[in-house]
Amino acid sequence: MNVAMLLEMAASARPTDTAVVERSDRVRRITYGDLDRASSGGAAVAESESADAIVYVGVNGVAMPVALFAAAKAGIPFVPLNYRLADDKLAALIGEFDSPLVIADAPSRVSAVSTVRDPQRWLDDASAAPAITGKEIDPDATAVLLYTSGTTAAPKAAVLRNRHLASYILGTVDFASAGNEQANLVSVPPYHIAAVANLLSNVYAGRRLVYLDRFDAEGWLDMADSEGITHSMVVPTMLARICDYLTEHEQKAPPVSFISYGGARMPVSVLEQALGAFPDTGFVNAYGLTETASTIALLGPSDHRDAFATDDPVVRARLGSVGRPVPGVTISVFDDDGAVCAPYARGELCVRGPQVSGEYRGTGSLLSEDGWFHTRDQAYIDEGGYVFVEGRMDDTIIRGGENLAPAEIEEVIVGHPSVADAGVVGVQDDEWGQRIVAHVVTYPGTPLLESDIKDWVRSALRSSKTPDDVIFRDELPRTDTGKLVRRLL
Amino acid sequence: MPDYKTGERLRSRVSPAQFVVVRADKGIDEITCGGVPLAREDDALAAEAELEADDFRIEIGKRYEDEAATVELLCVSAGQGSLAVAASPLALKAPKPLPASD
Repeated sequence: MNVAMLLEMAASARPTDTAVVERSDRVRRITYGDLDRASSGGAAVAESESADAIVYVGVNGVAMPVALFAAAKAGIPFVPLNYRLADDKLAALIGEFDSPLVIADAPSRVSAVSTVRDPQRWLDDASAAPAITGKEIDPDATAVLLYTSGTTAAPKAAVLRNRHLASYILGTVDFASAGNEQANLVSVPPYHIAAVANLLSNVYAGRRLVYLDRFDAEGWLDMADSEGITHSMVVPTMLARICDYLTEHEQKAPPVSFISYGGARMPVSVLEQALGAFPDTGFVNAYGLTETASTIALLGPSDHRDAFATDDPVVRARLGSVGRPVPGVTISVFDDDGAVCAPYARGELCVRGPQVSGEYRGTGSLLSEDGWFHTRDQAYIDEGGYVFVEGRMDDTIIRGGENLAPAEIEEVIVGHPSVADAGVVGVQDDEWGQRIVAHVVTYPGTPLLESDIKDWVRSALRSSKTPDDVIFRDELPRTDTGKLVRRLL
Repeated sequence: MPDYKTGERLRSRVSPAQFVVVRADKGIDEITCGGVPLAREDDALAAEAELEADDFRIEIGKRYEDEAATVELLCVSAGQGSLAVAASPLALKAPKPLPASD
């Protein structure tokens, strides 16, 4: 099963419906039928150039789905790269391929190859080429290569084969289940698994995609109105900014039916603010990794509302959970000896299922013998099967022999009304092994003292979890999807 | 034993219907459409055979499953013809309502 089939089905059922709307420096629209034809032409272009990959260096736009589906039809990987990378780093990644077909918003930045097309030229060439037909595609072909940022310097390319992505989509999406009046607003960058999953899901569901290439709260809110947005996928920092904007401007939230979020940890205080600002919107927490072809656990709209409305502490706590496994996926938490943890006992989150890849280019599969992928995330599962992710195991601070999860302390600090953001790390200390250092960003006009932060944490958590040092900063280093880059703190 | 694989493409010999195997237990019998076994990927497909008075509609994007849930097919191209595995008919499977996560 090839991911291009998802598009072919959509084009067969609804050829004249709008598939994608792009609002960048210009407006472009494309129907399912035209997207199918253009990607078939794009596959022919790739084949005529003997391309071994289609590399995409740019923001979301109509050219991206044409590139992804063209790659699938040609049986070669689609490789979206972060356009914010320095030129030499980009060149190094592109250099990993022998004869890549490269599409770039700024072709002059890419020196590695002779022919680089800008998005318009790619669309023109793809539309003009005769559609590729009857090509035999290896069923195990790689659909997408996504570079994951890790704590080490060299990015690794996660291998997502057609079967991983197809398994995820067919397991979680109902074909043509969305009316075309539904529209999904996307501002997550194309080189992130969330954008890839989002594209495939919405094409298969028949929900129009609206790409906002650069996020800011005002632009998101304007687009939500002008395009009749019913669904949106956001990362936590975007949701926080949207809510702050609504509060500052005393504006009512647009009538969006569903907001799904993921990509980084969602502070409960931000989520509660959003639930209050969007009382009629269904919230969905989608937890997953690049290596698992995106979502493996979901916390749905009724889970959110039940938790928000209840007095029962067990149910209330689920607002901070990532929900329950999606169909076809098994999640387990294992201790250091490899035994399954009892409810509430901490261990490593492991996952198994046909959508789980756990394979990296050059190093092969990291799945265990029984097919488990070890996420390196510390987690626990409650008595009802709800999964709670505490943070990366590698981020655990060991102070005076005690294991501390920075996320727990960050969550408390961010709950302070004057705090906009917080990041907690362990720093080498002769006496304690590590001491706790909190980096804090306050809202403009509401400065705080170190002692304010320490007192605040001490009143909520054990004194041993109180930061030893507090550093105030203007902003914290975060990725495009809002993940905290701890090694830069 | 046909030994169908997940992701495998199957085609009806009596109508334009085409399928992808979502799931198939080991050791099940041949799956038929309008009484005729579905063609597998390597099978040559002759001109469409006659479909005898069978108005079972196969719709694109819908799933079909037997009662014992030994096999599940996804229709990727519409057509007609009653589906069966051994003597058991495949019926339309109700979609599972999951919130849109993407």
